Amino acid sequence: MTPEKMRAAFVEELVRVAPDIDPATLADDDHLQDDLELDSMDFLNLVSALHRRLGIEIAEADYGQLSSTRSAVAFLLARQG
Amino acid sequence: MAWGAIRKPAAERRKAAMPDPDAARKGFSWQSAAVLLDGLPDGGLNIAHEALDRHVAAGHGGEIAIRWLGKDGARRDLSYAEMAAMAARFANVLAAQGLRRGDRVFALMGRTPELYAVALGTMKAGMVFTPLFSAFGPGPIRTRMEIGEASVLVTTAAIYSHKIADWRAEIPSLRLVLIVGDAAPEGCMALGPALAAAPDHFATVATKADDMALIHFTSGTTGRPKGVVHVHQAVLGHALTGRMALELAPGTVYWCTADPGWVTGTSYGIIAPLVNRCTMIVDEAEFDLERWYATLVREKVAVWYTAPTAIRMMMRAGADAAKGYDFSALQFLASVGEPLNPEAVVWGQKVFGKPFHDNWWQTETGGIMIANTRAMDIFPGSMGQPLPGIEAGIVTRKGAALVELGPGEIGELALRPGWPSMMRAYLHEEARYAKCFVDGWYLSGDLAMRDARGYFWFVGRADDLIKTSGHLIGPFEVESALIEHPAVAEAAVIGLPDETAGEVVRAYVTLNAGFTASEALEQEIRGHTRKRLGPAVAPREVVFRESLPKTRSGKIMRRLLKARELGLPEGDISTLETDER
Repeated sequence: MTPEKMRAAFVEELVRVAPDIDPATLADDDHLQDDLELDSMDFLNLVSALHRRLGIEIAEADYGQLSSTRSAVAFLLARQG
Repeated sequence: MAWGAIRKPAAERRKAAMPDPDAARKGFSWQSAAVLLDGLPDGGLNIAHEALDRHVAAGHGGEIAIRWLGKDGARRDLSYAEMAAMAARFANVLAAQGLRRGDRVFALMGRTPELYAVALGTMKAGMVFTPLFSAFGPGPIRTRMEIGEASVLVTTAAIYSHKIADWRAEIPSLRLVLIVGDAAPEGCMALGPALAAAPDHFATVATKADDMALIHFTSGTTGRPKGVVHVHQAVLGHALTGRMALELAPGTVYWCTADPGWVTGTSYGIIAPLVNRCTMIVDEAEFDLERWYATLVREKVAVWYTAPTAIRMMMRAGADAAKGYDFSALQFLASVGEPLNPEAVVWGQKVFGKPFHDNWWQTETGGIMIANTRAMDIFPGSMGQPLPGIEAGIVTRKGAALVELGPGEIGELALRPGWPSMMRAYLHEEARYAKCFVDGWYLSGDLAMRDARGYFWFVGRADDLIKTSGHLIGPFEVESALIEHPAVAEAAVIGLPDETAGEVVRAYVTLNAGFTASEALEQEIRGHTRKRLGPAVAPREVVFRESLPKTRSGKIMRRLLKARELGLPEGDISTLETDER
């Protein structure tokens, strides 16, 4: 998957979990919890949605990699098969 | 019972603050427990004095009150003397702005040291403190500020501009908005410079035991949220239950993971530990598995009070994720917020070397009522036994009276009124308050059972309230927000079981003419409610229906929706007029 496609997939799942986020104003460095106000349930739902869609296992130890769109996309790209 | 008892060896019982709970219950009186407090030197009782100033006066000012852990890795120790000075400065800021005894100070901010000074400085000044959860959306914030007649709001610049500024002028009682930090938007005052300029001494207002100290908001099944009033006398309950149920003692390193926006985070995240002269860990960040494990180890946390949702998240990560951490400093683990599953109790023992001790109380009770204490054997899944000074029963209505039920019978959990931290009012709602007290009992709204040993077991809520991640959510507030969306005609909200959050909020809606159900519309409606209510309260799922099941009087039968969803018996549907389609 290209970085552009990965970003699109990530943002789509992010907005599905938290539809109060406007993809048009989303900045890649917005912090998922601090800026976008995802709570812990949202975060777990996002992790399972990404797993379903991309087949990428995300261990608890890697949750820190998903702090912003930028870091999450980089992490997912590195992990894809 | 599928889960075996966890027996406490004699050596463990001897270490407990209350080594023989049965004897402690028999010999107990609230009068003799009052030795735990000092009172103000010239008479009166004030929570802030008991929490801070008396320790400084007794020569303990250098001991650490708060060890603050910032999101960014910062670590800052605040002594009792420093906290007392900061609280005094805040009280002076309020007084200099012309605020008076009885005025209401609301806090809507993250867990920074200022929050704690605001809470205690407010009470020191004889004013009333109300914490709000900072993830609330503008709707719940505004409703609570209206009901509570907020005089002052302390918040951050970001929260203010996103959630408050638009309607601030419409709250007539609001006279002052303080902004954490060094700068403030127009019409607000920056807290940093104001604190720095204020004197660090303030003569504590001589409040009386029955003067209002705190208002906590909790949700009702119908109607608006309830403003639960607590008085300064509650501090006796906090002091005593902190000691008996949580093993708090001078110097104990203690971590309560609850946010002060909820009652646990105030009663046991501010008052009880400080009154008992503990060192409390305050973590600004939200749950993060590795951060939490590392914090327990690095800070040598001895007593840890957390919640089922967090424990279940740790369990999801597996016991292996905890390998390599040395948890040997942990002496006592407790949990509150909703019933703790038996497997979680036992998991604590496996991973931390100590079981989790579940306990039970409510916003209305102000403090822990029923608990598994350190010396007690644990029957996993049980909330434990009433603490000394607390008489609990399982009751059922018989006409206007209540009858107490015997062991093994399910009824409503009730308490004999009269403990110090009992609520004294629902603000502006006398009738609603009066309804809680029947025939000499306080009715909790929880269904429970007492076994032959005297241990209590939670069964369910007597009403339609939803408990998600330890927070009580009233369906009415969520339904109201849903109906504000132009597409939504009617809405019903229920809680569905969830292995992590306990329950998750699901909404059923019917649509107005001209709107068609679609995934995009589902997201749009959820987005709307998240903006209004915040993620903790908004539904995680919205489903579309042609019509909702209703009674003849037009009341939506939430219970029926839930029973159908879970495949349970539908119960009495004699009042059903229109059915679900």
